[in-house]
Amino acid sequence: MATQEKIIHVRDLVKKFGNFTANDHLNFDVYKGDIYGFLGANGAGKTTAIKILCGLSYPTSGTVEVAGLNIYKERENIKKDIGYMSQKFSLYEQLTVQENIRFYGGIYGLKKKELNEAGNHMIETLQLQNERHKIVGDLPLGWKQKLAFSIAIMHNPCIVFLDEPTGGVDPKTRRQFWELIYQAADRGITVFVTTHYMDEAEYCQRLSIMVDGRIEALGKPEDLKNEHAAGSMEEVFIKLARKQKETS
Amino acid sequence: MKRFWGFVIKEFKHIFRDYRTMIILFGMPVAQILIFGFVITNDIKDAEIAVLDHSKDQTTHEIVNKLTASGYFILKDNLESEKEIEPTFQSGKIKQVIIFGNDFGKKLVSEGSADIQIIADASDPNTANLLVNYTSAIIRDYTMSLNAEKTMNATIVPEVRMLFNQSLDGAYMFIPGIIALILILVSAMMTSITIAREKEMGTMEVLLISPLRPTHIIMGKVAPYIVIAFINAITVIFMGFFVFKVPLEGSLALLLIESLLYIFMSLSLGIFISTKSNSQQVAMFISMFALMLPTVLLSGFIFPIENMPGWLQAITYIMPPRYFIDIVKNILLKGTGLAFVWKETLAILGFTVLFIALSVKNFKIRLE
Repeated sequence: MATQEKIIHVRDLVKKFGNFTANDHLNFDVYKGDIYGFLGANGAGKTTAIKILCGLSYPTSGTVEVAGLNIYKERENIKKDIGYMSQKFSLYEQLTVQENIRFYGGIYGLKKKELNEAGNHMIETLQLQNERHKIVGDLPLGWKQKLAFSIAIMHNPCIVFLDEPTGGVDPKTRRQFWELIYQAADRGITVFVTTHYMDEAEYCQRLSIMVDGRIEALGKPEDLKNEHAAGSMEEVFIKLARKQKETS
Repeated sequence: MKRFWGFVIKEFKHIFRDYRTMIILFGMPVAQILIFGFVITNDIKDAEIAVLDHSKDQTTHEIVNKLTASGYFILKDNLESEKEIEPTFQSGKIKQVIIFGNDFGKKLVSEGSADIQIIADASDPNTANLLVNYTSAIIRDYTMSLNAEKTMNATIVPEVRMLFNQSLDGAYMFIPGIIALILILVSAMMTSITIAREKEMGTMEVLLISPLRPTHIIMGKVAPYIVIAFINAITVIFMGFFVFKVPLEGSLALLLIESLLYIFMSLSLGIFISTKSNSQQVAMFISMFALMLPTVLLSGFIFPIENMPGWLQAITYIMPPRYFIDIVKNILLKGTGLAFVWKETLAILGFTVLFIALSVKNFKIRLE
């Protein structure tokens, strides 16, 4: 599915907060149609990097291109072409399902007709027909999560950033959620997902593992497992973290 | 622009869907004005007094009648001797005792003066002061009318209410203060809370990543509160006018424009507070301490600024409500125009610019 067209191109990305280096010379590429896992323990610098990629903060130095656009110069154009969903799901709890869809579609500039079509299609695929006019705050967590994801890709972005999208939901719902991610990838949307569930790492086509601000491993899950002589991604991750501790 | 309106509509839906907030937003001005107007009043009504009358003549009788007719006093007891005074006060009901000396009426005619003693229960000094002032004023009025009667042969003019009805004074003082308080609370507190809520819920991130511009986000958030605060301002002005008969001497248009300016100032303050707070609780506490207390205590709303010690007076100069209360008082009560309040207007304008500049600076720091 992945092609050679680069959607994200990062070279020597450095982000410092005072003396603390949150991102230390990151280098990676994400190709169109990829499901790219961006892994790392809490505090490894994942969120800092994703914020830079989304245009919420500027890097200290380095080259970053998203959707072929330079993040320093073409930030506003990038914003139209990306989707974002965080672990908080970021829906308006007091508004209904329909109103949330309308609102988010509206701020991405969808026309009324497009908005209605996309909204109806979404409600159908998520089987939310009966919940259409219900307040989002009353929905179960799993439904909110699916709704938040569908809303994040409603405007057909080139790439969608998912910041720990499966936090706090049960394994069954997590698996269903990954099905949605695969469907989105089939539509040609590149998926950039951070997670700290290592079983989810296996679902990614390519991934990188961050430890203390640096990317310590990058590649396909099978290759990484072979390289580190590990049975699972979990093992790879533990080995990397241990190696880091020994050297430092 | 369409995106922006979609945002404003969402914001209105949010507010109108939350009934509790709605009740607070629109009920607060009415409740406040009624509480301040009727409960916290500096005026006295039906204070119970006792009289110790040693002369019991026509004049003392008239004075007592005049006192009770004023509506401020109720004659509860007629005392017979000085010994009874202390137990009367101790019983706690009587607030004041008036003692007429011997041959009060005769002395007043022959010597032109007569002894009258007013003893008040000063365990509540404010009330005691007021009672004594009222009593002296009524007696003074009586003697004046007595003199007038002699020379011009006129009867006692029942001007008591006009001259001494100070109950309106209270309303004059608190209406401008309430407008200042409500507008700053609704505008600054509510905006800082709703922006903090977006941060807390994580929706702010999504908005910032979306093609909406940050200025549009902020404007969209505050727009509904401009409308609500403006409705509140009008409510308070009208209630003051119709319920408490506060005059509107100056231009209503100018008053509304000044209110709007003050609303903008409060909104920019609210935005500034929200850049400093990441949760609704923090925003609320900062608003409470930064807005509520100074507005009530240091703006001249309740306590006159002239009576404060110098250093405290200096602090009042950095309290925006101080200037607004001045402006409202000038327009409402004195009927003055912009020529007299331009300095205060400029001060509020200055605060607005300051808060906006600080917010922009903070916002940038957060983005870097």
